[in-house]
Amino acid sequence: MAVEIENIVFTPERLAKANEIIAQYPEGKQKSALLPLLHLAQEQYGWVSAAVMDYVASILSIEPIEVYEVATFYTMFHLEPVGKHVIEYCRTGPCCTMGGEEVYDHLKKKLQIDAGETTSDGVFTLKEVECLAACGWGPCFQIREKFFLHLTPEKVDDIITELRN
Amino acid sequence: MKILTEYIHHPGIETLSVYRSVGGYRAVEKALKSMTPDEVVEEVKKAGVRGRGGAGFPMGLKWSFLAKPEGVPRYLVCNADESEPGTFKDHYLMKSIPHLLIEGMIVSSFALGANKSFIYVRGELMYVIHILEKAIQEAKAAGLLGKNILGSGYDLELIVQPGGGAYICGEETALLESLEGKRGNPRNKPPFPAVKGLYQCPTVVNNVESIATTPWIINNGGDAYAGIGIGRSTGTKLISASGHINKPGVYEIVLGLPVEEFIYSDEYLGGIRPGHELKAVVAGGSSVPILPAHLILKTATGESRLMSYESLSDGGFATGTMLGSGGFIAMDETTCIVRNTWNFSRFYAHESCGQCSPCREGTGWMTKVLDRIEHGHGTPEDIDLLVDVAKKIEGNTICPLGDAAAWPVASAIRHFRDEFEWHIKHPKEATLPGAVYRGSLSLV
Repeated sequence: MAVEIENIVFTPERLAKANEIIAQYPEGKQKSALLPLLHLAQEQYGWVSAAVMDYVASILSIEPIEVYEVATFYTMFHLEPVGKHVIEYCRTGPCCTMGGEEVYDHLKKKLQIDAGETTSDGVFTLKEVECLAACGWGPCFQIREKFFLHLTPEKVDDIITELRN
Repeated sequence: MKILTEYIHHPGIETLSVYRSVGGYRAVEKALKSMTPDEVVEEVKKAGVRGRGGAGFPMGLKWSFLAKPEGVPRYLVCNADESEPGTFKDHYLMKSIPHLLIEGMIVSSFALGANKSFIYVRGELMYVIHILEKAIQEAKAAGLLGKNILGSGYDLELIVQPGGGAYICGEETALLESLEGKRGNPRNKPPFPAVKGLYQCPTVVNNVESIATTPWIINNGGDAYAGIGIGRSTGTKLISASGHINKPGVYEIVLGLPVEEFIYSDEYLGGIRPGHELKAVVAGGSSVPILPAHLILKTATGESRLMSYESLSDGGFATGTMLGSGGFIAMDETTCIVRNTWNFSRFYAHESCGQCSPCREGTGWMTKVLDRIEHGHGTPEDIDLLVDVAKKIEGNTICPLGDAAAWPVASAIRHFRDEFEWHIKHPKEATLPGAVYRGSLSLV
């Protein structure tokens, strides 16, 4: 069950980072900080709720709609609560050619969930993404910043076991 | 001949000190201390280097279009949004030898009169963003970035900007929209970014690999660069190779290398995996026409096909393809072309920004029809329907994503029509697990 945190505010470190980012851009062009700030917010809260979007809007002195339209356009922002580890699996052609479909079937069986779902213990969320620019090292998925390459069913088992502990 | 990757395996090459020890940042010293910006532009023009992101537009020519109104800032934006399926060479270059891109950004920004430049990196490569930021800090500390670089009087600030997950932001005007904090909707051109770009100021957008060639061009001269390669395909190109080959990875090749040698020589891809044979190749990223094996190795007139812009385009779309991003995907006889086409089609439907009706609706329709055919519910009219929809998208959109969605479908049907017909005529057989049409294998 999602518990929406009402009092959204960056940690002091993140607020300092946010201000540093905002100051990079020319005078009057602070809206350029929107995507960086959304990444910062997702890093802190795990996902981007409407309350988080409103908070980011207030920092940049822009209308909430200006944040809603951006957060809903870019696929990296989770618009619903997610598990501890979001597995973003590449489903595009070249990875499939390298065996990605078989590995994906194995992963789904292992986790007992389908794309868009979270395991009952809240540890893994599975998301399908498009080409991650790692084709020759595929099949692959990423969890936050980290890439997991040259996947096989065995490797998938090892990764899941390790992350569960 | 290695222009970009000579030192890529050197231990510590990601650090400033090691990069400098192999000659790094000599081009910054040379350009800023002994050349004028126009002289740098001239060398890049002489080099004839073509945009390495996929369009192949001459870089020096693009630079010469930059408007220079008095008192208006100019911007150089590096397009590191690499998202073309099959392409991973910019990812490889940036994470391995970040200082090469930074050095290229300094000399290129100097040439264009930009004092604040951006490297827009797709958000999924956040770890690469951190690598670039670290390298920028090193360069700043060494006086290679910031105010009065090396006492030359030239100031430059380099900013790394993350994307958020959107293939369309690889299109230069959509990238600029994203940089401005908006949805990645491409702009109508004209006006071109060279006149009205970032913040409506004159802007040049260049690919990572393109920018990375500039230090070598400064150090060795544009004529030397133009002496490498073949015809109007000068220099070297990073090819991202994936698929059913023995040695997938990134390869720096001299343009003009025969395709057959590239696929089968142990120096490159090492051939198709044991026990299998080549069926089809997508030579330049998913957007370029797919070709059957016999047409990727030789042109329709029987000439050896070379890895160059001209040779790969020989025969137009009837019998040829494009070098594009150099995302080289080799597929063997276990590949179902229908399934692969459906996969690519779904990619474009997902990535369409939605502005233009032909693209927004057309990519969705093509995907639905291909889904039907792949899963045993195709009708005989479906093939011509796909060709018709593809034709109606092509050329009718603000940006090339529409064309990019149409070309894989049109070319798959052009060269593998019988495979589509088999799926439609024999749905039970075609939908058995692991079933692949064996009739259209080209004899090599």
